[in-house]
Amino acid sequence: MKLTGAQALIKSLEMEGVEVMFGLPGGAILPVYDPIIDSPIRHILVRHEQGAGHMAEGYAHVTGRPGVAMVTSGPAATNVVTPLCDAYMDSIPLVCITGQVPLSAIGSDAFQECDTTGITMSVTKHNWLVTDAQDIPQIIREAFHVATTGRPGPVLVDVPKDVSNSMMDWYWPDSVDMPGYKPTTKGHPKMIREAARLIGESHRPVIYAGGGILKARAAEALRELVELTGIPVVTTLMARGAFPDSHELCLGMPGMHGNYTAVTAMQRADLLIALGSRFDDRVTGKVDAFAPDARIIHADIDPAELGKVRKPDVPIVGDCRLVIEELVRAVQALGGREAQPDRTAWIAQIRDWQRRYPLTYEQSQDGGPLKPQFVLETLRDNTPADTIVAAGVGQHQMWTSQYWRFDHPYTWVNSGGLGTMGFAVPAAIGAKVGKPDRMVWAVDGDGCFQMTAQELVTARSERIPIKVAILNNAYLGMVRQWQEMFYEERYSEVYLSPDLPDYVKWAEAMGCVGFRVETPEDVLPTIEKANEIDDVPVVIDFRTDSGEKVYPMVPAGASNDDIVVDPTQGEGGH
Amino acid sequence: MTVPGISARHHTLSVLVENKAGVLARVAGLFSRRGYNIYSLAVAPTDDERFSRITIVVDVESAPLEQITKQLFKLVNVVKISELDPADSVERELLLCTVRAEAAVRSQVIELVNIFEGRILNVGHEELTVSLDGTPQKIDDFEALLRPYGIVELQRTGRVALPRLERQAPRLRSLKGKAG
Ligand SMILES: Cc1ncc(C[n+]2csc(CCOP(=O)(O)OP(=O)(O)O)c2C)c(N)n1
Ligand SMILES: [Mg+2]
Repeated sequence: MKLTGAQALIKSLEMEGVEVMFGLPGGAILPVYDPIIDSPIRHILVRHEQGAGHMAEGYAHVTGRPGVAMVTSGPAATNVVTPLCDAYMDSIPLVCITGQVPLSAIGSDAFQECDTTGITMSVTKHNWLVTDAQDIPQIIREAFHVATTGRPGPVLVDVPKDVSNSMMDWYWPDSVDMPGYKPTTKGHPKMIREAARLIGESHRPVIYAGGGILKARAAEALRELVELTGIPVVTTLMARGAFPDSHELCLGMPGMHGNYTAVTAMQRADLLIALGSRFDDRVTGKVDAFAPDARIIHADIDPAELGKVRKPDVPIVGDCRLVIEELVRAVQALGGREAQPDRTAWIAQIRDWQRRYPLTYEQSQDGGPLKPQFVLETLRDNTPADTIVAAGVGQHQMWTSQYWRFDHPYTWVNSGGLGTMGFAVPAAIGAKVGKPDRMVWAVDGDGCFQMTAQELVTARSERIPIKVAILNNAYLGMVRQWQEMFYEERYSEVYLSPDLPDYVKWAEAMGCVGFRVETPEDVLPTIEKANEIDDVPVVIDFRTDSGEKVYPMVPAGASNDDIVVDPTQGEGGH
Repeated sequence: MTVPGISARHHTLSVLVENKAGVLARVAGLFSRRGYNIYSLAVAPTDDERFSRITIVVDVESAPLEQITKQLFKLVNVVKISELDPADSVERELLLCTVRAEAAVRSQVIELVNIFEGRILNVGHEELTVSLDGTPQKIDDFEALLRPYGIVELQRTGRVALPRLERQAPRLRSLKGKAG
């Protein structure tokens, strides 16, 4: 069968089981947009290519399937660099197709030419420039294989216009032949036995669960390990939901804005069992002072993560789910639960920290400004338990991670590694496309919202009824917090104004329903109204307290021992 | 044991890569992005046209060698990486040098080239262009001895290396140990 390169590309996507893609056409990708008309693949037309990338990420986050974005050359390709980098940092499987100027024009500074594979080399797991239409099925097959196996990540396929226009003989490869790409998935049995032995000797262990648990679909296995060993778990920003917050052994989020117990339990641990986590600086604080007495078991599918920051005593390269399942067996072989040492003192110590330093904030006085934490608690308590929540980047993100109760995996969608403002709205749209039956809320900052809000037009026109809660504190709040705490309250370029833009009118102009909430009494009724709307997107402009700060906080570069708790809790203490 | 000519900071990696467009850019890009220093780099096709070999001498003060190799190995086009221990590999480098050699010192320069078993490639009125291949240490020594005569231009290739085929017989090794 003869096909054009463009037809072969779309057919290859179909063969890969793609149901939806996010994109925006233009000159160099025009040939590929034509066969989309006849394809069962749903194409969602975005208003900015960054939105396409983040939507594909949101979709991948909640479904576990690779997200697909398609854009043209030049400025469109550069517009997807941010989502590619975001997906690279957070290990999200993403396949991005870009149009390119014809092969003969490459290198000539042709109209809308840019060196897409060069620019994206360092933010993709791999990328390809297609030089022959005959290679398209093979390359697409490889692209999906690389994106979804091993440590997942973004890939990009750059397709010159003459390649998509030329003819090829259709085939579908039944395998990939990549001599340099063979991820290890099964942990080394000896290392796993050694890990089980260390666990059996530890008196103050903590499981340090990272985003890899979710990528490996290992939440069930993790729960089994926890229940077998009785070891408490911290869930990083990327792992919220990987272990239920309601479980008595869940200590919640560690790190710069983690809760006191999660941070301090890691500091005092004699054993850290790092599963799919990467000792990010936002978790460790000052590395030299991080968990000084802890031995380390580190399991990750990416061998380069083992020893990158902290040298593990027991390194295990492998898929988290397979490793944890083997670890459960190894612990059982050593006598299981009964053989674990008595850790009552450790658990009692943890309970004491939890009692003394819970997350807290001061409720607003009568007539006082609305507290963002109160908005989040109300939203949390009045939405279904399996609600998906997406966040932007800033204070609102940290409060959401802190105050939400994540009891299900794949309900939290956020930009962890790159910290991309503007992530929430498009990511929520992608998540809703992937899980149309679930309620999806974006919790956004006023600053973030202004970066990608136009995608609500996409949401309205494509009938993707997400809900957005803007925690409008009139500031680039997180930056303001740093200027308040570390720059003697010299506020430089952080004020945004609560009224400009008028978020309600803006929402309405984009075909959404807009509400404004200024008092605590209005919070619940407005959320209830929003929850009842299921045909169009809803935006609520919550006017929140500008002066509120995120606590606890480990100042940048400081030791986790120097965690600053809410001022009402005094000094923090050991 | 210290191996002559090889600073402890420098390690040689022999990297077998798929012979595809942009591979060198990927390798070089990885080094610059992660802040690893390359001391020298040589690339050439192998006998199998699907693969090329990149010989990289890395400066391990910039990052632990293990981290460098693990990150390199993540590149999809990288097929195999061998760390070549100088004691267990053969290493060669080529030097081309134009050196000042006026009549008064010309015979000295020629003698030097002969001692090192180098070649004279080009003869001018006051200059000679010479070449030498050998171990990096030998090249270093030669360069140092040429320098006082006045180096006009000098180009080194960076080293290439392959593992030694057979380990030396124990007797020979102990002899070498004594000598070193
Ligand atoms: C694209 C981008 N630019 C700048 C930053 C730096 N930054 C981090 S948080 C923040 C403030 C975010 O403001 P807002 O969305 O209002 O959230 P808030 O902190 O007020 O909740 C900024 C500017 C960033 N993370 N991303
Ligand atoms: Mg704000």
